[in-house]
Amino acid sequence: MEKFQTDPHNMGNDDMVTTRLETLVNFFREKGVNWARKNSLWPMPFATACCGIELMATGASRYDIARFGAEVMRFSPRQSDLLICAGRVAIKMMPVLQRIYLQMAEPKWVISMGACASTGGVFDTYAVVQGVDQFIPVDVYVPGCPPRPETLIEGIMAIQRLVEKDGIRPSAERGKGMGLVVQPTYQLTMPTAAK
Amino acid sequence: MAKPEEMLTALQSKFPSPPLELLPLVVRSNKPADQFYVRIEPGALLEVMRFLRDDERTKFEQLIDLTCVDYLNFPDAADRYGVVYSLLSLTHNHRLWIKCFVNDPRPTVPSVTSIWKSADWMEREVFDMFGVVFEGHPDLRRILTWDGFEANPLRKDYPLRGKGERENYPVIHRTDA
Repeated sequence: MEKFQTDPHNMGNDDMVTTRLETLVNFFREKGVNWARKNSLWPMPFATACCGIELMATGASRYDIARFGAEVMRFSPRQSDLLICAGRVAIKMMPVLQRIYLQMAEPKWVISMGACASTGGVFDTYAVVQGVDQFIPVDVYVPGCPPRPETLIEGIMAIQRLVEKDGIRPSAERGKGMGLVVQPTYQLTMPTAAK
Repeated sequence: MAKPEEMLTALQSKFPSPPLELLPLVVRSNKPADQFYVRIEPGALLEVMRFLRDDERTKFEQLIDLTCVDYLNFPDAADRYGVVYSLLSLTHNHRLWIKCFVNDPRPTVPSVTSIWKSADWMEREVFDMFGVVFEGHPDLRRILTWDGFEANPLRKDYPLRGKGERENYPVIHRTDA
């Protein structure tokens, strides 16, 4: 009976009481669930402007986010776990975005795509939200005006790295205290200009 | 295609006082004006509009635009708000503009929704953006900004970045989800 009360995370390899089931559960808790999760992100496209066009291009055959398992655009937030906020958000639209975020089931992640969603962009007016992160939590910011599909794919891969490192904690326990910074994986190989 | 002067003659035969006059919509130095507006007092607006739609000489079936101009700090402007009606007659292929000037406080213009249905949303937009009240409108609510919004953003004295509307908004944290 005692073996069921031990923490499966702290079991050593020489623990003889570890059953195959526990090993399996242990693997899925540490690797399997996140591995499955990061490769099957279902995006909720909140596309309001030209970033939405790039989002569609990213989903289409040339760039094909199906390669990253994120091709299933769900227009119901109940079935999505990745909110891609693409484009400028008017204040009148903000309650809609907030409700969509609240309706998404845990665990969930948010990409703020493009300059307008991240900062308001050039639309520094009374009607436009100056960055959706002022009103909902954002995990990854994708720069660009609009970002090219490669950039958005990099953002999705950043979400994948977050999912991998983040464990299966709900998003309420993530956030600023995580100390996790996602850097681009690519290296710039452009030659620097001679002075 | 009736000349603007003929339109004015038709209008003046029905509304002799106060005297109406054709004013150029745009003043250009190199060529004479071919588009004109007539200034109408708010009290006479409904009758004039109904006449312009129904009379055989004018026959303006369409109200193609209804907008407003805020003349705050405009040189030589006597009144603050100018509500502009843009009329088109498909029968005669001619156009005319009507301007109706109103002032603070509570700028009020009679609604022309009873004459042209298309005025409905355009009057709501002017009400939203300028705060001009259209009396007799069937459903005068804000159309572009949200219901709790209090200002009139296209007034010249309204700052471009707003008065804190975009910052004072409920925030959702991760713990709320």
